[in-house]
Amino acid sequence: MIFIQSLTKQFGQTVAVKALSLDVGQGEVFGLIGPDGAGKTTTLRVISTAMAPTAGRVTVGNVDVTREPEVVKTMIGYMPQRFALYPDLTVLENLNFFADVFGSPREQRAGLIERLLGFARLTEFQARQARNLSGGMQKKLALAATLMHRPRVLLLDEPTTGVDPVSRREFWDLLTEVHLEGVTIVITTPYLDEAERCTRVGLMYRGELIACDTPGRLREGIGAVVLEARSAQALQARRVIEAGDGVLAVSTHGDLLRLLVDRAERATTVQVAWQVHGIAVSDLRAVKPRLEDVFVLMLEQMSHPKGDLRDG
Amino acid sequence: MNSNHVSLVTQNLTKHFDHFVAVDDVSFSVQRGEIYGLLGPNGAGKTTTIRMLLGLLTPTSGNAAVLGYDIVRQAEEIRQRVGYVSQKFSLYSDLTVAENFNFYGGVYGISQQTVAHRRNEILRMVGLNGQEDVRVSNLAGGSRQRLALACALSHQPEFLFLDEPTAGVDPLSRRVLWDLIYDLAENGTSILVTTHYMDEAENCHRLAFIYQGRVVAEGTPREMKEKQMQAQVVEIDCENTDAALPALREAKLFDEVALYGSLIHAIGENAAGNLARARDILAAKGVPVKSADVILPSLEDVFIARLRSVDTLANPGD
Repeated sequence: MIFIQSLTKQFGQTVAVKALSLDVGQGEVFGLIGPDGAGKTTTLRVISTAMAPTAGRVTVGNVDVTREPEVVKTMIGYMPQRFALYPDLTVLENLNFFADVFGSPREQRAGLIERLLGFARLTEFQARQARNLSGGMQKKLALAATLMHRPRVLLLDEPTTGVDPVSRREFWDLLTEVHLEGVTIVITTPYLDEAERCTRVGLMYRGELIACDTPGRLREGIGAVVLEARSAQALQARRVIEAGDGVLAVSTHGDLLRLLVDRAERATTVQVAWQVHGIAVSDLRAVKPRLEDVFVLMLEQMSHPKGDLRDG
Repeated sequence: MNSNHVSLVTQNLTKHFDHFVAVDDVSFSVQRGEIYGLLGPNGAGKTTTIRMLLGLLTPTSGNAAVLGYDIVRQAEEIRQRVGYVSQKFSLYSDLTVAENFNFYGGVYGISQQTVAHRRNEILRMVGLNGQEDVRVSNLAGGSRQRLALACALSHQPEFLFLDEPTAGVDPLSRRVLWDLIYDLAENGTSILVTTHYMDEAENCHRLAFIYQGRVVAEGTPREMKEKQMQAQVVEIDCENTDAALPALREAKLFDEVALYGSLIHAIGENAAGNLARARDILAAKGVPVKSADVILPSLEDVFIARLRSVDTLANPGD
């Protein structure tokens, strides 16, 4: 549905996106993740036709974004980080306004609005001014507004940042409905638990796509073993092992220690180290990797290459 | 419990704004060197609680003490000894890193000489040494939050209030910030933090769920997962989730059926027990289940389940 070939975008000397190639299939929920400044937002802006590429080719449904941006615009819904709703208009007025802007056919409009309000759980708030909605409700309304012209492709730039967990889950319920209708979704997010909900995830770093696969295959291909243990002295326990051979990363979460090690036998060496230092650690066990582990490990390897990284 | 080790205690703390009850009978305590998390949806009363603890708002009833000082009668003493970083912490974007730090040091009445000395030490601690002359407008989001933290530390507070300190900060920068928070706690600083990020809630020693102004659950992250959740979470791996999801929802075997990429999470009181029936329903739709496991709920699952049960008790007819 979206086809990106060697996309490069420069701002003066800064290369925001570097030779990015990516295919997003019809009906996918594709998650773009990466640290701030990795090029995620720029990529979305180019797909949305808001910005022209410096080099490379991008098509949406076989239509070129540079040559026929007007056609592409009718196919996509783009929700930027600061989507501008009209604060003094009601929920319903906002939806009607965006329907007019996007030229949504009038005869289908009432039914569409009713359905979207229902999905977004905003039906009972339709007469409320947008300024009096909570942050989470505003995001759902913005998404509904983006859907008023029935786009086939939805581009969402950090739609849930600053939204509380309950609203965040409702937002994803709404996205699931959209996905089930066959709409292709590309979403950027700083929440790696949200990335787990995507059909495929692309990790960007300094303008490049450094990994791209399903969450399951990314986790399986981590090339490390994840261990967890508990200790009342978690910080000391972390310090005595973090520089050890084969220890790739250690983090503490309350009394929980989470270790990324190169192979399972390291469990023995770290236990010995704790015993030597007299640190009581219990419940050491191997656990399933999470996307956050994959993300941390890949970024560590990118910023401190340790040589002989084999090709995946 | 040794009272010397208690840094903060609230007793039946309540705040009304006209007829709206923002904070309702909240009691909790934070030990010295403890990282205590307050979690709740927007409008739950987290920020109002912090504002009362800082002496910026007067409680309608109840009382609280921070570092042994009463929040109503000794607010000045509290403010000299605590640091506060909010989501909208004001840094001066046209000033440099060092100038911002000096400014906050001045606000707390610290001598120029002491400020310069502490600046080196604290900027090194937060990893901003060498960037003293960089303007804040040129700093990335993660670095700005670390500078905000540095400014809040200029007067060496014994207690730190962090109100959504990492909103909009990327995962790696959040880790760096949390490592700093751990170092501070280890050195005896007590910390009260609010966050929307459930993975950060896991970093707290103890936490409270706040909903509609009330504490609806309290404990360590582990206790929350093991004790606060009645429902089970089953992770189902099957082909064609797009057909499976509506079928499972229609069957009404679970309270919640959500899509996680190529997997489905089904949540309910007896989710594991209903699994056989779910398999039959999916098989009839031509969707075989490849695997199904009961998994430990995430803190977010627990949180949402807890809030929903509060809602159900409030509106039993719903």
